[in-house]
Amino acid sequence: MNRSYPFLVLAAVGLFATAPVLIDLAPYESTMGLVQKIFYYHVPSAMVMFLSALVCGVASALYLFRKNTAADRWASSAAELTVVFGLIVLVTGPLWARKAWGVWWQWDARLTSTLLMWMIFAAYLLVRRFGGPGAEKLAAAMAVFGMANVPFVYVSVNIWRTIHPTTRVVPTLAPGMRGVFWFAVLAFMVLLALLLPLRARLGARREELEELYLMGDEGE
Amino acid sequence: MKVDFEDVAVRELSRHYGRRRALSRVSLTCRAGEVLGLLGPNGAGKSTLLAILATLLAPSAGDVRYGDLDLRDAGPALRARIGFLSHDLHLYPELTARENLRFFGQLYGLDRVEARVREALEHAGLSQRGDDPVSGFSRGMRQRLALERALLHEPRLLLLDEPFTGLDDASVGALVTRLRALRAAGRIIVVVTHDLDVAEALLDRLAVLKDGRLVALENASGRIREHYRAFVVSRTS
Amino acid sequence: MFFRVAWLVMRKDLTVEVRSREILYTTAFFAVACVLVFSFALVKEGRPLEDAAAGILWIAVAFAGTLALGRTFERERHSETLRALMLAPSPRAAVYVGKLLGIVLLLLVVEAALVPLIGLLFNVPILARPLLLAGLLAAGTVGFAAVGTLFAAMLVRARSRDVLLPVLLYPITIPVVIGGVRGTAALFELPPSSEMAGMWMALLLFFDVVFVTLSLWTFEPLMTE
Repeated sequence: MNRSYPFLVLAAVGLFATAPVLIDLAPYESTMGLVQKIFYYHVPSAMVMFLSALVCGVASALYLFRKNTAADRWASSAAELTVVFGLIVLVTGPLWARKAWGVWWQWDARLTSTLLMWMIFAAYLLVRRFGGPGAEKLAAAMAVFGMANVPFVYVSVNIWRTIHPTTRVVPTLAPGMRGVFWFAVLAFMVLLALLLPLRARLGARREELEELYLMGDEGE
Repeated sequence: MKVDFEDVAVRELSRHYGRRRALSRVSLTCRAGEVLGLLGPNGAGKSTLLAILATLLAPSAGDVRYGDLDLRDAGPALRARIGFLSHDLHLYPELTARENLRFFGQLYGLDRVEARVREALEHAGLSQRGDDPVSGFSRGMRQRLALERALLHEPRLLLLDEPFTGLDDASVGALVTRLRALRAAGRIIVVVTHDLDVAEALLDRLAVLKDGRLVALENASGRIREHYRAFVVSRTS
Repeated sequence: MFFRVAWLVMRKDLTVEVRSREILYTTAFFAVACVLVFSFALVKEGRPLEDAAAGILWIAVAFAGTLALGRTFERERHSETLRALMLAPSPRAAVYVGKLLGIVLLLLVVEAALVPLIGLLFNVPILARPLLLAGLLAAGTVGFAAVGTLFAAMLVRARSRDVLLPVLLYPITIPVVIGGVRGTAALFELPPSSEMAGMWMALLLFFDVVFVTLSLWTFEPLMTE
């Protein structure tokens, strides 16, 4: 949170304003047609979701073992963003899948682990909201365990046949699509870089407010 | 590693739950061979202070020192020197009195557990009922048993939350005598109580808490009741 | 010291349970009720769906396990005895291990009744590879209970703990359910596939190692209020 912040806001607005134009101009994919364009939102959201989940897991571990309260604020902010971006992934995915696979949902490794990851971070938020005093620690444990859980989910679900397009799709994209795709990724990353510190700062402000209330009580 | 200490020093201790302040900048010291009473209306922070002294609760700010040892470096060795009689009694109702004592005796890694258990049952006046499950005991009997459980490992620091609740007059007298003997043996005793009669008979010093703040800390004279009124009742109105 | 404390805590839990048998009876009955409810959903025209037996077995274990976890820690909450255990001059992780062993033993007893019932109702060969089946159940139960014991212990002080326990526990223990169901289904096939079951068993054991280690590591910082 410093002077670079207004610049970030401008950048994000600019990127998100330009992206639809670029996506519109990008070539049509031959078999999927218009639906393929969901890809420009779906994949970057998924990337941002996993990055944000990683931030939450690492920050939670720091909070748990180092008792670092700033880390807890970052963790809770990252968890909220994980759930939001995860929701975008989980809504756009089935829209594409209906056209590509003929079904809304497939029980393959990527889909299932994404859904489960989303559930873990939704549970994180539920505990913080309804757990009462001391729930922050419980939530932090949930995030740490959730991180450790992801490889297990992935491996165990993967033993069923996986039909999700793999990461190898990106390098094989037509040149006209590749540039637009990375532009969209950049836009989402900037959005995360914008929202995460903002939300963490809000948390810090709330804590300051609590402290002011406490100090106000002292002086009465 | 064996830990021992002659005093417990609380400095600028605060604990809050969100916006609710349970303890606010409390400072006091308790020494060996002294009974310190914590008095105050409900919700004044007495139990919170005891829980922090027992290492169960982490303070939000301030520190506690047990002799040379800081609360934050506290570990099993320090816990072995603390006896805590909570309002919740910490007894398993399904187990008999003897089994409760034996379980905690073994958990603390004590020697001659059976002999200690027998003595403890005698002290509690429960020698005849030792093999009955605690669920069938009256509040007073449980209270006496819980006290003996807290004393089983001969702690240096004894924290008692409302130890006189549910006791009949004879038991109160016995408990006062018992605590005096422990005081003479050099224990540090902190008692939370509402019973001003007992307070007058037992306390060396008293600390009055109100709304999480320490409003008085002084040597106990024979006029605790008046002081207590002056500090608590008049300020409420 | 560590294992002596764990042993003491487990023996205390079992003594209490043997005396009241409350958790054992209610959990076992609940598990049987689960089997029946899910049978109505998964049996069509007198024939169970493919792999229904394995699925129902593990659903019953997971549901009954949640119930047993909740009840076990409700007992420690009753007179705040969990705090008394935290006050004992022993490594706090030892208390965790003791509680974990108690719950695992209890669930294994429930499973010992559940498996023959499943075999009877669904006509599956439970005795084709008895050791592998027992191993799968034990490994799955340890993994489930390892996470469950930690969360249930933390939730003792939380509001709405009854509903939060499954909310936290199920997403994390999904790999146990997948591994358990798939491994058991492989054993219930004709002929049983030891190879598949062995592979899932390896996954479950790996899960156990990772999550028991994580729990031991986080128990102490988590239990300080």
